[in-house]
Amino acid sequence: MAGSSLRDTLFQRTLEDLIKGLRMSFIGETAFISKAMDEIRREIKSTDPYIKAVALQKLSYLSSLHFYGMSFAAFHVVELLSSTRFSHKRIAYHCASHSFNDTTPVLVLITNQLRKDLSSTNEYEVSLALECLSRIATVDLARDLTPEIYTLLSSSKVLVRKKAIGVILRVFEKYPDAARVCFKRLVENLHVSDTQILSAAVGVFCELTSKDPRSYLPLAPEFYKILVDCKNNWVLIKVLKIFAKLAPLEPRLAKRVVEPICDHMRRTGAKSLVFECVRTVVTSFGDYDSAVRLAIAKVREFLVDDDPNLMYLALQALSVAAPKHLWAVLENKEVVIKSLSDLDPNIKLESLRLIMAMVSEGKVTEISRVLLNYALKSDPEFCNEILGSILSTCCRNVYEVIIDFDWYVMTLGEMSRIPHCRKGDEIERQLIDIGMRVKDVRPEVVRVGRDLLIDPSLLGNPFLHRILSAAAWVSGEYVEFSRNPLELMEALIQPRTNLLPSSIRAVYIQSAFKTLIFCLNSYFSQSEIISSTSCLDSLVTPASQFVPGRDFQEGSDLATNNASAQNEQEEGFNPRVLNRSSDDISGDDGEEIGGAFCGQTSRLASLEMNVLTDESVTNVLNKIELAIGPLLGSHDVEILERARNLLSFIELIRKDIANFSSQMEETLPRDETEAFKIIKMMQDAFSDELGPVSVTAQERVPIPDGLALKDNLEDLETILPDVQLPSSISFSLGSALQDETAGVPFPTVQNKEDSEPSNESTFLLAEHRKRHGLYYLPSEKNDVSNDYPPANDLKSQGNAEDLVKLTEQALVPKKKPNHAKPRPVVVKLDEGDVVPIAAKRQPKDDLLSDAVREVLLPSDTKASSSHNKPLDSSSIKNKGKEKVNVDTPESKEDLSIDKQDNRNQSLRKSKHQSHGKDRKHRSSRNAGDEREERGQEGKKKSSHRHSKNKGRQRTDVPQSVIPQTQVIPDFLL
Amino acid sequence: MGLESVVGDQYCDLIIEFCNLLIHFVLLISRQGKVRLTKWYSPYSQKERTKVIRELSGVILTRGPKLCNFVEWRGYKVVYKRYASLYFCMCTDQDDNELEVLEIIHHYVEILDRYFGSVCELDLIFNFHKAYYILDELLIAGELQESSKKTVARLIAAQDALVETAKEQASSISNIIAQATK
Repeated sequence: MAGSSLRDTLFQRTLEDLIKGLRMSFIGETAFISKAMDEIRREIKSTDPYIKAVALQKLSYLSSLHFYGMSFAAFHVVELLSSTRFSHKRIAYHCASHSFNDTTPVLVLITNQLRKDLSSTNEYEVSLALECLSRIATVDLARDLTPEIYTLLSSSKVLVRKKAIGVILRVFEKYPDAARVCFKRLVENLHVSDTQILSAAVGVFCELTSKDPRSYLPLAPEFYKILVDCKNNWVLIKVLKIFAKLAPLEPRLAKRVVEPICDHMRRTGAKSLVFECVRTVVTSFGDYDSAVRLAIAKVREFLVDDDPNLMYLALQALSVAAPKHLWAVLENKEVVIKSLSDLDPNIKLESLRLIMAMVSEGKVTEISRVLLNYALKSDPEFCNEILGSILSTCCRNVYEVIIDFDWYVMTLGEMSRIPHCRKGDEIERQLIDIGMRVKDVRPEVVRVGRDLLIDPSLLGNPFLHRILSAAAWVSGEYVEFSRNPLELMEALIQPRTNLLPSSIRAVYIQSAFKTLIFCLNSYFSQSEIISSTSCLDSLVTPASQFVPGRDFQEGSDLATNNASAQNEQEEGFNPRVLNRSSDDISGDDGEEIGGAFCGQTSRLASLEMNVLTDESVTNVLNKIELAIGPLLGSHDVEILERARNLLSFIELIRKDIANFSSQMEETLPRDETEAFKIIKMMQDAFSDELGPVSVTAQERVPIPDGLALKDNLEDLETILPDVQLPSSISFSLGSALQDETAGVPFPTVQNKEDSEPSNESTFLLAEHRKRHGLYYLPSEKNDVSNDYPPANDLKSQGNAEDLVKLTEQALVPKKKPNHAKPRPVVVKLDEGDVVPIAAKRQPKDDLLSDAVREVLLPSDTKASSSHNKPLDSSSIKNKGKEKVNVDTPESKEDLSIDKQDNRNQSLRKSKHQSHGKDRKHRSSRNAGDEREERGQEGKKKSSHRHSKNKGRQRTDVPQSVIPQTQVIPDFLL
Repeated sequence: MGLESVVGDQYCDLIIEFCNLLIHFVLLISRQGKVRLTKWYSPYSQKERTKVIRELSGVILTRGPKLCNFVEWRGYKVVYKRYASLYFCMCTDQDDNELEVLEIIHHYVEILDRYFGSVCELDLIFNFHKAYYILDELLIAGELQESSKKTVARLIAAQDALVETAKEQASSISNIIAQATK
């Protein structure tokens, strides 16, 4: 015995020593562990298996609880595996299943050892090997050990047999061809009386079925027998899961199975089984009314149960049922609403989902009101859940449920003011989207936008920046609906806009530009009319005489703002009042004026001209120059460019305006000045209406020659792992602005300001106001004005009972909405309003499961229709060499299955339903086709397939493995 | 809430592809957040394992006592149950039967209890591997494979007996030492 080894033996720490030491850990855990790791590294090299075993044991402990890597010990694990001692073997197998993965290089060394252990006479050794294999099996291991597993599948020892069944799942997944050998024996295990074995086998089929139900349809009789005869709840739950997958594929099967399921539901006392029945019924047997009613009755029992688990599951079952059976939710609405105030966030969430499921045209207003009130009282997280679900429900199917858009836009504004609101992106998107789609609601959009823009305190909240961006954009784009463009202008250039991220500030500047053009345009057309239509002069003069005084006040005495001026202003700026009065006054001249005005801005422009004077225009120009001037030094190109545009424009027209106002009569007629022409041109440019763009619009753009496009952009992910796609809003090519609102991602730096306390910023604001009072709006306007209820007032609502009561009213069915006005027109595009489902990443699993099906299917079809038999075996054996011939005999056969296949092929390009849900997520057509072909039960072979099959079929044992299952049509008829 | 946001940023790179199994992993976490046992039926790297545990223990340990035993987590469902100071967690698919998993957890605890004789956290700390072996008898490849407590107890006892005989032989080491130190 070597000295060192002896010393190690005597002084080696056992696992227990290690654990004790860790718990004492005088020198700190990390230091202690690294010391222990050093020891382990030394001990593990020992030739003595005892020392090695203890070292590995310690290592596996540290690895599984402290996450130290143990890949360095892989070879030592393999060494220990060959130990004859059970205790060592056990440790080694544990280490192997814990630490090995597909890329572990030493895996190739253990094949023989595993084979030896799998055929050992000691059942515990076999079970160790099986357990390990169930975790680490690779393609090679699975292939090489398939014969052993095949033998074990009919072992007389229950322990071994059930574990062998468990391993099958992994083996099939890695090496689908194993199914040719083992499938029959696996099916035989469904017929045994031992529940343990049955349970294992059903478990395997449950997982296999969930991947690809269609292949296992022929086994339905076996499962049916189990469903009826078996008394073990574990097994029954699994069988129910299998039927939940099979039933949608075969209506006759569903008809047959639904009764036994209901029997179980009535009979059993086990909650888990009842719940599984309920879930199976609501997911897959929705057409059987009596079954659904029974299930919902069970759900109600769960809902009133004290157990929060049952409550939660019941709510979930309801939300599964909701799309098809809304009555089920309505019947239980009291409980559902009450659970909105449950302690458990999970339950609250489920309840919220259900409440949103109840939303319909008539109820959306009330439900949203109630939920918003509730959101104000909730914790921030749930508050945002509520907001998010309101937003997503309301915009579903191009605002399907919304009738009163004025209300909805106002609600969007309210949501923005909820303190915890984090849904800026979505509100931004919807504000702009509604602005573009619904013409009638634009005045309201602009009003809401104005309320948001003029409130300087909102600028301090980074979560609102996106909303402000939308508000600025709609205000600029639809400025003709603004009651007071000058006020809007001031809001857009207020000093606190420097809190905005540069991309959004650029939107502000652009909107200011549009607003300015609008003001100037109406200013010029106003004077044009004054000069040209003499008869109007008398009418307009009183107004313009009265206006300058107020405007002067507004310009200079903003800070002092006395009440009377305010009132005057309110009145003067109210478009409706003015509109009416000017209509009344002009009376018979109305047509003439109408002819003089141009375009869509006619009506409101006529109002603005009344309030724009030379002073106010000069004033505005000065203010803009003062506010935007400093931005010429900006480092952000977007801001810089826009600021320069705006200032150059002012430069361009300034002289004319100055001339114009000083000596009105002597100069040229206004419409001939250079400035007027420019303004006209700009106005024309900006008044081009922007519409929503189909999400598929880009597809219609022809691909230029010589441009190589890759279908699959997956490799992009490796290059740009963190880049988020820009938000999906895209506008037509109108002006540079849109690109920028849509495309510029929110700079993450801004989020840091999040934590900044708002009172600090309000203090700064007050300071700033003192110094630069001129640039602030009158303070009354900063507070939310009288026509706008402040969001926080809603807080007054009481507790959950109130909530229930309120919602009670809201949810009274059949309460017909009485809308004063009809639903406005919402612009919809022919197609493509629905965003296509994002391409899901294809899990590697799917390919494997395909392969499983591909291998399983021939054997199934052989059983189900003897006609296919020769075809399939030949196609498997020939491996594609005589593929051309294969098709011919098949086409002669007039089988129903063939027909179905042909139909499938013709449907190939449309949505393909017959192959289960997973199919629908096919991202590209190519992928779908390829899979389709593989799914064609080995008949239509594409060249793709040939190559794949050649690679896969290294051993073929196709004979004698046809499961003699019953034919499903026989069973059903 | 804070945790959520942190989690979102930090782990967006972590893409886990689970195999199709009933149970994806089993975790035992103490109330203080110490990990007592981990068993992974789906392939993870060590780095992912730590992330998963950190993430989940943050979610589960903060939940109050009277809430339901299920947590939705990245499109999966984690079923957990607290026994004394230990949280037993199992991760399953969305459409798996939560109550069944809850029963498996309970089943496991009962077997542990029977084996150790009113099991406590310390038993599991010091008999770390035993807890594993028992779990291995209960689940294979993430599937429940033995629903009889008695059978599991018998199997474990039989294997222990095998180890004991081995130990007896091993104790002959002391003979070797005795010889060597002679």
